[in-house]
Amino acid sequence: MITLFGYPIQALMGQLLLGLINGAFYAVLSLGLALIFGLLNIINFAHGAQYMMGAFVAWLLLTYAGINFWLSLILAPLALGLFGMALERLLLRRLYKLDPLYGLLLTFGLALIIEGAFRQAYGVSGQAYQVPKLLQGGINLGFMYLPLYRAAVVVVSLVICLATWLAIEKTKLGALLRAATENPALVQAFGVNVPVLVTGTYGFGAALAGFAGVLAAPVYSVNPLMGSNIIIVVFAVVVIGGMGSILGSVLTGFGLGLIEGLTKVFYPEASSTVIFVIMAIVLLLKPAGLFGRTA
Amino acid sequence: MPDSAPLLAVNDLHAWYGESHILHGMTFDVRAGEVATLLGRNGAGKTTTLKSVMGIVGRRTGSVRFEGTETSRLSSNRIARLGLAYCPEERGIFSSLNVAENLALPPAVRAGGLTLAEVHELFPRLAERADSQGTKLSGGEQQMLAIARILRTGAPLLLLDEPTEGLAPVIVQHIGSILQRLKERGFTILLVEQNFHFALGVADRHYVVENGRVVDCVPNSRASTATLQGYLGV
Repeated sequence: MITLFGYPIQALMGQLLLGLINGAFYAVLSLGLALIFGLLNIINFAHGAQYMMGAFVAWLLLTYAGINFWLSLILAPLALGLFGMALERLLLRRLYKLDPLYGLLLTFGLALIIEGAFRQAYGVSGQAYQVPKLLQGGINLGFMYLPLYRAAVVVVSLVICLATWLAIEKTKLGALLRAATENPALVQAFGVNVPVLVTGTYGFGAALAGFAGVLAAPVYSVNPLMGSNIIIVVFAVVVIGGMGSILGSVLTGFGLGLIEGLTKVFYPEASSTVIFVIMAIVLLLKPAGLFGRTA
Repeated sequence: MPDSAPLLAVNDLHAWYGESHILHGMTFDVRAGEVATLLGRNGAGKTTTLKSVMGIVGRRTGSVRFEGTETSRLSSNRIARLGLAYCPEERGIFSSLNVAENLALPPAVRAGGLTLAEVHELFPRLAERADSQGTKLSGGEQQMLAIARILRTGAPLLLLDEPTEGLAPVIVQHIGSILQRLKERGFTILLVEQNFHFALGVADRHYVVENGRVVDCVPNSRASTATLQGYLGV
């Protein structure tokens, strides 16, 4: 058996892949959180619930309407985007003049209500969701077995993150978004409808969460608690990457997923806390986060 | 065009920041094609007047008419779309945007704005530094950028808040010559200024502002640094 640092390479690679997949979800979720925090100054605690809803929309569509994974990959983010925009218009909008703490409390409350409603309706045992036919099976790479679907999750997440980053850094709309993040009043005084930009951004963030939820459905089971399980880690990712930094969230997401995976190999006892230890160290040494700008 | 109807007519404008009442019935107008200034001490309400006209101050009452359209109930983005462009005192250059992006940011609200080539001809430094981060420019260059970016939009009325503040005399002179050229091109300018010498060089009329009210209007022909200083008691 081939070994690396005394560990079987199969196990090592398996954990690295698992870390990369977790990292892909951390990256997509923290990207949405960072976008929302940047423009709305709201810490969107409902993000995990929106991720869970994405998975449930896919499962419901499949179970009750026979709609397949691929169509759900478009429909669920659309549904979550609309849900997010309604939420922003009806509730969040009322809080912008108040302390950001109120936004956190409101979205936290919403997350509890949504999660509770889904638990009531579907229990906590979780619903299985089949891997789509096209991506069933895997490839034997010699040193490890690579399931096709999991590889696709990593690639698609990377593409989504890269596309979002390019859109923000290189397009006119992205420039508007960056400018409105800095000084919304002035951008509005130039004739830009900033409230619509804000609604759209929250909707896009919720849609990203929904998209991640659909991707997650075949990997983890579809469970009302799946959002609250992952969201705390995602918040740690955002804090480590630097609040509001898009690139920082993406790199940190993938990086921390890998670190978590490696910890499972070398010191499994610490695997569920390693991210928070890193967060504490980063906060001590660089309070604005690894990629954050100090004000 | 001294007899034409005013482009901007402000009547009994009041404005508040939270509980503090800043404007106490500002009344003045700006005619098409002229340069008018608001002069006054710090805290007299000049900046608040520009912000109120632009719709940035939340609580305001009274009337602001632009080309006959009442704007005092509109949000700032709708007001800007009517044809008003604003250059804030702090310049408002975006640090996450480069110079070219800063320049391209304000959307066009009307046909007839300057083309990018014309903007670069007026401000050659902005072409040279197109890829620099906006806030890495010198103070004078940032002021040029703040003015340049609102010239592209086609808005006929420019609201400029202290464009000479903190700048070296040679740059102040340059900005003065630019305002002259903009005036020749048909722009109407409402200028907040503390630099009397500069104001005398570019303006047609001066409104003297005190405690949130216009207390006098002085045509430039009757104004001198001494008379203006007398008005303001400095």
